[in-house]
Parts: sequence; C-alpha cells; structure tokens
Amino acid sequence: MTGLSTSVAVKLHVNGVLVSRTVEARTHLVDFLRDTLGLTGSHAGCEHGVCGACTVRVDGHAVRGCLVLAASLDGASVETVEGLTETGALADLQGAFLQRNALQCGFCTAGMLVSAHELLQEQALPDRAAIRAAMSGNYCRCTGYHAIVDAIDAVAQDRAAKGLAA
Amino acid sequence: MKAPPFAYARARSTAELFDLLGQHGDGARILAGGQSLIASLNLRLSEPQVLVDITHLPDLRGITVADGVVTIGALTRHAEVAGSDLVRQHVPLLAQAVAHVAHPAIRNRGTIGGSLALNDPAAEYPAVALALGAILVVRGPGGVRRIPAAEFFRGIYATGLAADELLEAAEFPVQAPGERAVFLELARRHGDYAMVGLAAQGRMEAGQAAGLRLVFFAVGDGPTEARAAMAAAQGGPLRDRIATAQAALDADLDPPGDLNATPATRRHLARVLLGRALTELAA
Repeated sequence: MTGLSTSVAVKLHVNGVLVSRTVEARTHLVDFLRDTLGLTGSHAGCEHGVCGACTVRVDGHAVRGCLVLAASLDGASVETVEGLTETGALADLQGAFLQRNALQCGFCTAGMLVSAHELLQEQALPDRAAIRAAMSGNYCRCTGYHAIVDAIDAVAQDRAAKGLAA
Repeated sequence: MKAPPFAYARARSTAELFDLLGQHGDGARILAGGQSLIASLNLRLSEPQVLVDITHLPDLRGITVADGVVTIGALTRHAEVAGSDLVRQHVPLLAQAVAHVAHPAIRNRGTIGGSLALNDPAAEYPAVALALGAILVVRGPGGVRRIPAAEFFRGIYATGLAADELLEAAEFPVQAPGERAVFLELARRHGDYAMVGLAAQGRMEAGQAAGLRLVFFAVGDGPTEARAAMAAAQGGPLRDRIATAQAALDADLDPPGDLNATPATRRHLARVLLGRALTELAA
C-alpha cells in the first residue's frame, strides 16, 4: 500500500523538459512552477479558482494552477506561458494584445493568453459573445475587457483569413 | 491562501482506497478533480489529514448508453460531459446544464462525480439528477448500492454517501420521445455560482403539461422540487396556467439571502425562470 507522507516524489514534463522533484503534498501547481522551477510567468492571484491568473495547460487542457496539486501530476505534461511563448504558439495573440492595449499592469495576461489559446484551438471563429463566455473565468482589473475581446477577435479573423484556423 | 499540510496517497485500486478510508475515517478526503476540494483547502475551510487521489482508478471514466440508461463514470470531467454526443442526444437536460458549470479551465478538471458527491446547494448536476430520477451508484467495502437521487441528496453538502464509500457512476434515464428539457440559470458572471437555477422536464399533451418535473437550485439546502408549482402548472392548458404556477411557487421555496441576492430577489428570479421555462415548454 502507498506509504503516507506529506512529501511526494513526482516526475513530469514541464515545457517539454522532464523534471523530477519531491514536493510537499499541499503545494499547488502554480507555486511549484514559480517557486520550485522559477517559471514566474504564471501568477498566483486569488488562490481559490476565481481569477484565472494562474491558468496553465496540463495534458493539453487549460487548468487553474491554484486548484491542482503538483503531487497529483506524476506523469503529466505541463505547458506554461513561457513554453507556449518559446514555441511561438502565442505569438500572434501576444502581438494583438500589445497592439490593442489589451494589458496594462499585465498581472492577468499569462492566464488570458492561455485561455484565449485554448478557445481558438476549439473554435475557429468565435463571435464576441463566445469569446466573452470562454474568457469569463479570467479577471482583468485594468482594461475593462473590450480590448482583450478585440485582440482575440482580431487573431481569430486573421488566423481564419490565413487558413490557420483550428 | 495556501492549503494546510496534509498527506497524499494515490489509490491504485478500490481495495486500496477502502483500506485508506478505513484507516483514516473522517480524516481522509477523496480527491477527484479537486475543483471544489482544493479551493476549500486553500481557504482552510477543510483540514483533512490525508487526501486519497482516485483519479488513477480504472473504469470510473466514460459515458455509455444501454437499455434506456446513460451511465456516466464519476471521474468523467465536465468538459467531457459537455462534448458528449450521447449526452446531447439522450439527456438534453444535462447537456444544457453543463454549459453553466463553472469556467472552461475548471470544466477541464472538475468531475461529475465530485460535484454530485459534494452537493453544493448552487450546483447544477444534483438538480438535473433529481429532476430526471437518476440513480447514484455507490461502492463500499461491502459492495454496491444504487441510490435514487431523491434519497441521495440530503441538504447542504450532505448526501447518502457513507464516509467509507465511493460514488462510482450516475445513471440518467434516456429522455423519452415527446419529452422536452429546459435548463435555466442566472449568475452574476457566466460560470459563477448560480443565484437561482431551474431544471425542468416534461411533455405536452394537447396543450397541457404532463409528467412535469421542476427542480430549483441555489434557493435552499440543495436541489428543491417545486411540488406546488408542478401541480399548479398541470391540469389545464399550460399557456393559461403559467401565472398560477408562478403564484404557487412561493409555497415551494424558502430561499436564503447572501451577498448576491436577498430572499425576496431570489423568489422573484425563481418566478421569472419558471415563467420562461413553462413558456418554452408550451411553445
């Protein structure tokens, strides 16, 4: 039977790199990424699943980094804003966010980008209502959201025009 | 905040799970998708000694249909329920409901079993399960029990599940020909906790509602059957009975007040949803 311990050994891929660490069972994925691996692009905001600033991908799906335990991710594949930036997957979204002033302080931006990336993978040309629904789990306290919706809408149209849609 | 310290164990079999639950009793909590449990740990509303992760147990995930029943494994994630053609085709009420369950990143992780076993008063699935007469399949050290939804949900965060039992699956009856489903919810922000919600199903016979089920949620201790409104809506042309049903609804509900809505607001919103649902059923 599994021995009971507050420390847990995990081996997982983070942005394509295999990492092995022993973590405290109570450590959230976002704290593991930030404090243990130094990947500080993902932000810990509300720490109870409401704000979306910690949104990262686990096994190809967006999740809340504050509602997942690192201990439960043995064998998983995690992608953060750093990894998705390096592969270029977010390049057009990042460009559009910059161009439209879809960020001011930037605290929410990493989570916004990961959520928007998933939306555009699932829906080729979401209308503005669908964009708002999909982004409803990500708070921004600066922009008032219009610029964020504009940026995502622009990228969706651009990708569709170039035939890059999902 | 950060969660308090606890031990973590990954159950590889149900035998191992029951050993752990037996050993630790009330100090153990089952970890499925964790989308409510980890939030409550972070808020230090819950301080278990050990979390038993069941997400690697085999055979608890997936959606099948056989003999007029759609069976959904407890570890099936909300996103999988939402993407299921079987659910859309055979349990439209559930398909409508899942669109209101939390935000995309939470739907990717949270499970139907976790939500049913938690029985949050504002949760969608318990209302759907009660409206449809679903069966909750529960396994304990002594074997399997099949509990009707009407006996399973027992008030705020309370269910018929014993401390040493695991919710394995939920069985939803396939929607009968001629039946219609309407699921409505009001929340401040799409995906947030409901202020008021309604799961409604029934069929129309010569302009009259028949076999009507109306279950409200986020208006009390759990899914709440609106018996007076159900009776008032039937026994005459439905179009003419909507206002009567809305008036009768007051007797069914005793909603609490909170930051989002006063009891009077909740009663008003419940009447509004009832009017919309019956209008849609009558159309």
